Amino acid sequence: MRRARALAPLLLATLLAAAAPLGAGPAARPVTAQQVDDVAAQLRCVVCQNLSVADSPSEMAGQMRAIVRERLATGETPEQVVQFFVERYGEWILLSPRPQGFNLLVWLGPVVAVAVGLAVVGVLLARWTRRRAGAPAPAVVDPAMRERIRRETEAEP
Amino acid sequence: MTSRLLRWLIPLSAVPLLALLAYGFRVNPREVPSPLVGRPAPPFELQSFDGAPVALESQRGKVVVLNFWASWCYPACYEEAPVLERQWRAFRERGVVVIGVDIQDTVEAGRKFTRDFSLSFTNLRDATGKVSVDYGVYGVPETFFIDRRGRIRVKHVGAVTDEVFRTTVERLLSEPPG
Amino acid sequence: MIPELGYGAAIAALALAVWGAVAAAAGARTGRVALVESAQRAALGVFALVTGCFALLTYAFLTFDFSVRYVASTTNLGTPFYYRITGVWGALEGSIILWTWMLTLYTLIVILRHRESARELYPWVLTVMLSVIAFFLLVVTVAAPPFERLAPVPADGRGLNPLLEDTGMITHPIALYLGFTGVTVPFAFALAALITGRVGDAWITLTRRWAIIAWYFLSLGLLIGGWWSYHVLGWGGYWAWDPVENAAFMPWLTATAFLHSVMIQERRRMLKLWNIALVIMTFGLTVFGTFLTRSGVIASVHAFTQGSIGVFFLSFLALVLLTALGLLAWRWDALGAQGELDSIVSRESAFLLNNVLLVAAAFTVFFGTVFPLLSEAVRGVKVSVGAPFFNQVNVPLFLSLIFLMGVGPLIAWRRASLDSLRRNFVWPVAIGVVAAVFFFALGVRPAVAVLTLALTVFVALTIAVDFVRATRARRRTGERLLPAIGGLLRRHNRRYGGFVVHLGVLVIALGVTGSQAWSVHTETTLRRGETTELAGYRVRFDGLSASDESNHSKVTGSFTVTNGRVAGVLRPAKKFYPQEQSPIAAVDYRLGFREDIYLVLGDFSRDGSEATVKLQVNRLVSWIWLGGVVLTLGALLAILPEWRKAA
Repeated sequence: MRRARALAPLLLATLLAAAAPLGAGPAARPVTAQQVDDVAAQLRCVVCQNLSVADSPSEMAGQMRAIVRERLATGETPEQVVQFFVERYGEWILLSPRPQGFNLLVWLGPVVAVAVGLAVVGVLLARWTRRRAGAPAPAVVDPAMRERIRRETEAEP
Repeated sequence: MTSRLLRWLIPLSAVPLLALLAYGFRVNPREVPSPLVGRPAPPFELQSFDGAPVALESQRGKVVVLNFWASWCYPACYEEAPVLERQWRAFRERGVVVIGVDIQDTVEAGRKFTRDFSLSFTNLRDATGKVSVDYGVYGVPETFFIDRRGRIRVKHVGAVTDEVFRTTVERLLSEPPG
Repeated sequence: MIPELGYGAAIAALALAVWGAVAAAAGARTGRVALVESAQRAALGVFALVTGCFALLTYAFLTFDFSVRYVASTTNLGTPFYYRITGVWGALEGSIILWTWMLTLYTLIVILRHRESARELYPWVLTVMLSVIAFFLLVVTVAAPPFERLAPVPADGRGLNPLLEDTGMITHPIALYLGFTGVTVPFAFALAALITGRVGDAWITLTRRWAIIAWYFLSLGLLIGGWWSYHVLGWGGYWAWDPVENAAFMPWLTATAFLHSVMIQERRRMLKLWNIALVIMTFGLTVFGTFLTRSGVIASVHAFTQGSIGVFFLSFLALVLLTALGLLAWRWDALGAQGELDSIVSRESAFLLNNVLLVAAAFTVFFGTVFPLLSEAVRGVKVSVGAPFFNQVNVPLFLSLIFLMGVGPLIAWRRASLDSLRRNFVWPVAIGVVAAVFFFALGVRPAVAVLTLALTVFVALTIAVDFVRATRARRRTGERLLPAIGGLLRRHNRRYGGFVVHLGVLVIALGVTGSQAWSVHTETTLRRGETTELAGYRVRFDGLSASDESNHSKVTGSFTVTNGRVAGVLRPAKKFYPQEQSPIAAVDYRLGFREDIYLVLGDFSRDGSEATVKLQVNRLVSWIWLGGVVLTLGALLAILPEWRKAA
């Protein structure tokens, strides 16, 4: 884009200026698209509804991806880049709530739900099979016959 | 037996959920509180539409009204542009400066916007989006009121009205510049 | 004239619906058949009036009647013909009319089918259906009237949301709404059972078919929605865990649970309480879903909200939940669990586990969707709960469910002997494990993908084993192969329909795994003639062209794509609609069995010399749609012959 090329010098200047306070030195690390994606996938695209910065086709998301790439190139860790955005937007910008404090509720909720469900089912199964065990013993049936009957009655779900 | 009463817990359990959803009416899901309020305003240096570079630092000591806009942001930006121009003219002699930042826009469209509304305050272009990210901007228009010591005091999301502008700026002006 | 007629029809329908609901209830209480018949006639009248309302609204659309505010805001003179029809349900007011009409249609069918067969329950079913219809008509007449006039009459309308100018617009809302409204019928039967105290098996038998139909349309709606998202929205994905998507997914999960646990009640007369609770949950989630979509309480890409309508839906949700759960508590004793089970190792247990997992998944999605609101209410801090969370938390649940899909069919009812377990499962499990090792050794990553593949092999084998054994048993009686298969499918259509549905789910699971684990993408800026490469595809930018359509202007990029030998030209575009603030991306793609190549046009220079393009190679996405087709066939197999048998 003509726009982008005209701004390249400005971009470079800004990058160099920004490198100083970060103190990571002038060496730029090669950054793969995958690394940018990994960070961008954690961030919420601020102008979209519920899309990540990695997925969103919007211009703002593209600019945010560029910022991610730049910061990774100066040696920041992915966590530091994510924190950069959190400091400016708040926790809202994370697509997945940090598993700490109150947010633990939403992470543990599913576990608790499954545990409670299994516990209830377990109790019910115990109760129902116990009841059955108390019932009078059925008449003795030849096992082979029983197998055949079982197989043939196993037709309908 | 207790089970006679316990069973009514089932319909009652719906009440907290309904209360939570009702609470939802009082909040706007699109409004995100900014963590920057009360903190020093992030410094920047951007080019104006005439190519002259402008830095935030140069405005230290004045009350700064920093407004993020775009030419495609209709109707809100179109509503507030005359308001900003009007208030700028009223307050410029009192140590207040209005700076507009055009984001996610083309040069031509931005320039046309400033001409259409005869904006006389400084308007800059954030071509890379870095400044808007630094300020945690997630939509347009957004306006930041920065006090004389360079701290962000108020963030206003949506079109600024004369009332909001005046009361906020007056409050910031009344503070000592120390 | 037309709008006034439409409005009048809606008001008349509302009055009739209220009368019908009251009359049916009174008739049931006092035993006066005449009242019930009056209610029945009222219901027919409501159907006729709402149909008329719908027709009048469509007429206003087709004749460009911009004096009607809804028409003016949803179409303009350039809107193509078919989108003028589908535009009727393109925004809030019209979608409510569509929903209401479907409710009246279902009521009509219920009347025709059940007026003789469900004597005790029938009047109360009418009451509930008509009450729900009355609520929606109240919304139509008071909260979101589609026939409001606009003065002065504009010369041209605003136009349909460009994202909705797609064939998905025709099918997705219809399928999804048929699913949502279809859930009302089992709910009505469940409430009728609670009110009359006849909570035995009659209501289940009557309801099962309706539940499958509603479930089927929900499945269809979800799949078409995914397809629409994939080929229209331009981000290359099909599911974003958006709150409104979740709103459709949650009732689907509980409906699936219901379809399974119903089988336990049919065979063992157990779980009556649970089944009623599931139906109430499913309908409650449907109302919750429609509340989410229309209230703006939780931000979403779908949310099309306005004004006080949220209050209406929340009140309705409150009424539904408190009434239904209250009735459940009232009839608690009659629903007592006098269950008996022979053994913990049985199909009943597998189905119970299935229910736990499905309801846990529904709860997870629900909690994740409302958590941002909860966090704000309690902490005052806004958080986001998006795709990474839902994916992480749901994957273990869904994998466990896939495993159960393999266990269920081959484990016996009542008691599965160790012998039968060994006979049925040793080979599929062994081969599944071998498959896992094999794929892992081949270098398939990540581990979750290997696990999914192995589980798929396991489940497919158990289904195949069952099928082969049953076919062999039939052939032993002398039947030839094809008639044996046909006979098997027809005689046990529910069972094998279910298996085909499970196979469809497997294919979908493979598609999801493939697309999540192995898709690649890149984004570059190309000058004219420049090429970029990805995953064996070479993409060359040839140039841009501009064109004017009836209601928008378009800039189309031309890209030649080669893959060794196969060449094609993809034309992603950007569409500029005067009523929209930013351009809409029109993606172009080539679908394939193994992978899709997908192009999105980004920024471009004015003179057409440069363009930014986002290139995606999405693996196995087509399997999701294919799996959907298989699922459809399975569902049809399970439903259709039922009607012939019942006739």
